Amino acid sequence: MALSGMRGLSVFISDIRNCPNKEQERLRVDKELGNIRTRFKNEKGLSPYEKKKYVWKMLYIYMLGYDVDFGHMEAVSLISAPKYPEKQVGYIVTSCLLNENHDFLRLAINTVRNDIIGRNETFQCLALTMVGNIGGREFAESLAPDVQKLIISSSCRPLVRKKAALCLLRLYRKNPDVVNVDGWADRMAQLLDERDLGVLTSSMSLLVALVSNNHEAYWSCLPKCVKILERLARNQDVPQEYTYYGIPSPWLQVKTMRALQYFPTVEDPNTRRSLFEVLQRILMGTDVVKNVNKNNASHAVLFEALALVMHLDAEKEMMSQCIALLGKFIAVREPNIRYLGLENMTRMLMVTDVHDIIKRHQAQIITSLKDPDISIRRRALDLLYGMCDVSNAKDIVEELLQYLSTADFAMREELSLKAAILAEKFAPDLSWYVDVILQLIDKAGDFVSDDIWFRVVQFVTNNEDLQPYAAAKAREYLDKPAIHETMVKVSAYLLGEYSHLLARRPGCSPKEIFSIIHEKLPTVSMSTVAILLSTYAKILMHTQPADPELQNQIWTIFNKYESCIEVEIQQRAVEYFALSRKGVALMDILAEMPKFPERQSSLIKKAEDVEVDTAEQSAIKLRAQQQQTSTALVVADQSSANGTSPVNQLGLVKVPSMSSSVDHNSTDPGMAQPNGTLTKVDPQPQPPSPSPSPDLLGDLLGPLAIEGPPVAGESEQNVVSGLEGVAAVDAAAIVPVTVQTNAVEPIGNIAERFHALCLKDSGVLYEDPYVQIGIKAEWRGHHGRLVLFLGNKNTSPLFSVQALILPPSHLKMELSLVPETIPPRAQVQCPLEVMNLRPSRDVAVLDFSYKFNTNMVNVKLRLPAVLNKFLQPITVSAEEFFPQWRSLSGPPLKLQEVVRGVRPMPLLEMANLFNSCHLIVCPGLDPNPNNLVASTTFYSESTRAMLCLTRIETDPADRTQLRMTVASGDPTLTFELKEFIKEQLVSIPTAPRPPAPAPAAPSNDPGAMLAGLL
Amino acid sequence: MIHFVLLISRQGKVRLTKWYSPYTQKERSKVIRELSGVILTRGPKLCNFVEWRGYKVVYKRYASLYFCMCVDQEDNELEILEIIHHYVEILDRYFGSVCELDLIFNFHKAYYILDEILIAGELQESSKKTVARLIAAQDSLVETAKEQASSISNIIAQATK
Repeated sequence: MALSGMRGLSVFISDIRNCPNKEQERLRVDKELGNIRTRFKNEKGLSPYEKKKYVWKMLYIYMLGYDVDFGHMEAVSLISAPKYPEKQVGYIVTSCLLNENHDFLRLAINTVRNDIIGRNETFQCLALTMVGNIGGREFAESLAPDVQKLIISSSCRPLVRKKAALCLLRLYRKNPDVVNVDGWADRMAQLLDERDLGVLTSSMSLLVALVSNNHEAYWSCLPKCVKILERLARNQDVPQEYTYYGIPSPWLQVKTMRALQYFPTVEDPNTRRSLFEVLQRILMGTDVVKNVNKNNASHAVLFEALALVMHLDAEKEMMSQCIALLGKFIAVREPNIRYLGLENMTRMLMVTDVHDIIKRHQAQIITSLKDPDISIRRRALDLLYGMCDVSNAKDIVEELLQYLSTADFAMREELSLKAAILAEKFAPDLSWYVDVILQLIDKAGDFVSDDIWFRVVQFVTNNEDLQPYAAAKAREYLDKPAIHETMVKVSAYLLGEYSHLLARRPGCSPKEIFSIIHEKLPTVSMSTVAILLSTYAKILMHTQPADPELQNQIWTIFNKYESCIEVEIQQRAVEYFALSRKGVALMDILAEMPKFPERQSSLIKKAEDVEVDTAEQSAIKLRAQQQQTSTALVVADQSSANGTSPVNQLGLVKVPSMSSSVDHNSTDPGMAQPNGTLTKVDPQPQPPSPSPSPDLLGDLLGPLAIEGPPVAGESEQNVVSGLEGVAAVDAAAIVPVTVQTNAVEPIGNIAERFHALCLKDSGVLYEDPYVQIGIKAEWRGHHGRLVLFLGNKNTSPLFSVQALILPPSHLKMELSLVPETIPPRAQVQCPLEVMNLRPSRDVAVLDFSYKFNTNMVNVKLRLPAVLNKFLQPITVSAEEFFPQWRSLSGPPLKLQEVVRGVRPMPLLEMANLFNSCHLIVCPGLDPNPNNLVASTTFYSESTRAMLCLTRIETDPADRTQLRMTVASGDPTLTFELKEFIKEQLVSIPTAPRPPAPAPAAPSNDPGAMLAGLL
Repeated sequence: MIHFVLLISRQGKVRLTKWYSPYTQKERSKVIRELSGVILTRGPKLCNFVEWRGYKVVYKRYASLYFCMCVDQEDNELEILEIIHHYVEILDRYFGSVCELDLIFNFHKAYYILDEILIAGELQESSKKTVARLIAAQDSLVETAKEQASSISNIIAQATK
């Protein structure tokens, strides 16, 4: 038997192993802990050897799952022991027992630093390993420079340098500021020339972390990565010990390709060619072999190559090669490869338009839905969900439904949600949609959330043609012997509203409908009883001429529930009873539900919610997000332009059971939907968009509608930005003045274009029949570089072109020369350098004029060099957040305000809004799910990089108000950021409201004054 | 990045844990409990990946021991799977055909070796030879110190006789 080399420890372990049961084991452990505790107490008699032994015992006990709440100090103190054996134990046990937030670690920083800068190589290794494994923020700040020195030191051996590289990686993750980009980028490139593969592997991991945050600074590393890949994959030029089952370090290959995925493109044609050559070789040259490890290693490389090819948007041919490979993989026996094939196909859907080719594999993917392995089934479900479109929705959804009855419980909820969403998104006809949802409820009622059945009710309410069909279907389901309660709810609701449409069919007389519904009453919960009562009232109302027998029956029920302990039910019973005796009044109250206003599906939001997870950014995800945000913008534009959105954008309003008047108070105020509200700033008064909410609804919601957002446009500005009330009006005046003086009408909405550009970096700023001004911007720290693209759309030249920048005082802006004439059909590019001096929300204005024929055109355009462009998202962990949050206590560094008149939006939408403004929402920091915590770094010359933290506390009962707390290390920044966020929350993005009204206090800055005067 | 490494026996006994992301003691035991439930119950012919709370756990069974590593969703699973095997091969070489008992009685050695392979949840060294050499050097350092200590204590013992 192998022994530990420490007799006492071995004996203890044997004892534990010989314990016949858990009880005995606990006794033995307690005895040992007592022993260790006494030994530690009178430390004097403890030899280093004994101390070492006890510390190991502690770790062993800890590993067995027992709480070890003492002795940490002893472990930490061993770190400062002079001799290697004790020191080694101190370091290892400390890094196992403690995590980075433990107070004791702080005590060791000095000792650790001494070991790192000392001459003893073995001590250096121990210290670097511990810091690399559990070093926190404080370690990062005090040790990073020393660690950097070691990485590039020529006198250090590889074994120290590779540890130093990974140690720095850890410190960088804890605090990115510790790596100074300017100084480090060149060093990093040099590191990639390293011949020792251990050091190179570690350095490559470091590079991956660095480029994932800022690829721009590390462009020079790109060709080197390609070189390394060539060296490994093509030339196989590595020492024997670094090949793994004949493959030159597969890990280094994978890491290198991962690093390459963070660069947006490979521009240099030679590098690109070499890279593709290598990738081609990997794609073609990987065969399935018998040896498992060799197979895994080569496929690890292959899958990474696939990801890189997808990222680079390679030529069609190479892409189809990839898909062919994946198609092969999803059909192989080896489960790992099958899993990865499915996973990568799903990723492929995210980055390129390959739906059609992937669809060919549909049958195989559906087979995988029945795989014995839940991991694989999950992948298959995800892929089916991703590849579904109008053409295959029917097949896929039906397949999902069929699978639902046999699926394991762990998957059913996700499965039913996904099926519901697909049915809604791609329904070829609405009756099919109703069928699907009812089947869903029938087969997996427990897993169908309320959202799903609310949604089907909405569709039916909004589509008259569908109503008789849905009612008939609901009636059919009621015949089944045992049905799920959700089915009772939905069918009772549908039949209450629409059963009169079926009256002539057999089995559908009011009496029959009533009795079949009433049969279910004894088995259902109180919330369903409430719905049933409403249904009875409606049946009563629809029974014309009145049927005295039915009436009596129903009245008896109402009477019975008048004394129900549930207030809700009691109230319904009393009111329905009273109303139904009045006849006409009942007709009014229980009239058919008005159509629901159209909003985005809450189901889709829910699904997105589920998908938001890990914080680490991956290249693919980043790209997918970019794509998503861009389409999101398009969608938003469309809906505001048309006033109505396509059917599948329908939104969910509150519970349909709210058919009685009493409930309307609780209806989501959000149903007063954003219908492209216009404010006075709008340069082009648009025709009022067709209001999707009919008057009926308006009446019902009378008091609410007044508070709702559509009217908020004007009042909000006064309420919220009272500070700059006057100034805001001035700033707002910029655009209308322009339009009035010009004979030339702009195309599109200038303000909307500006707002869109505040959230993205390229697009059209202005367009009229003669000229188009585009913008492309790049932002880095407090610097920005905008390029103005001035395009002449005509066949004759534009003369007297003038572009003046009127910068606010906080921006330094330099526009390069603008030519006086723009030739016909030509575009000139004018770079504009921007430097942010300090935090402010003032906006720069571009005063642009030109002459066409005899027309002198002059426009003044706000430039999207706004506050959020100088924000760089940063995610902070709870350990980093809370100390910072606490240290910034009270005004002026931390400001709090209750904001009212907020545009009501679900939390997820708010999170997206924050993210699009570069304020990254950090999930999980705030235990209250109604709150948001976001962080970002602000860059300006005066503040440098400064961390800003924000917390939003919302009130689920009233989404129009929230409490906001903003903190940063600079009082102006805190104030400006707070105001900025407020503007984002209260404004309606499609409504042209200046996001950055003129300065709070009258400044003597010429630019700002000018902007104000205009 | 690897967030943590777990070695669990088929009976659910923990043989080694290493955490590269901060977890409190409570969270650690919860993670171990949850994951043993998920992984130990999986059948033999399934894939080596389990999706868990937004992460992925790559695991492999060697005889009675499950080696598990938890990584981010977008990490390369096969690469991690082979890091596990790389670790196992090094253990095997060090102990001479390693078995669970070796790792029970010499759990500290398993930690030393792991520290030579991973730091900060990333692979540090992919050469088995280099790792073996470094571990041997460590062992001899410990041995020398022991000899020195014993010889000094001998001297003292004799001097004070």
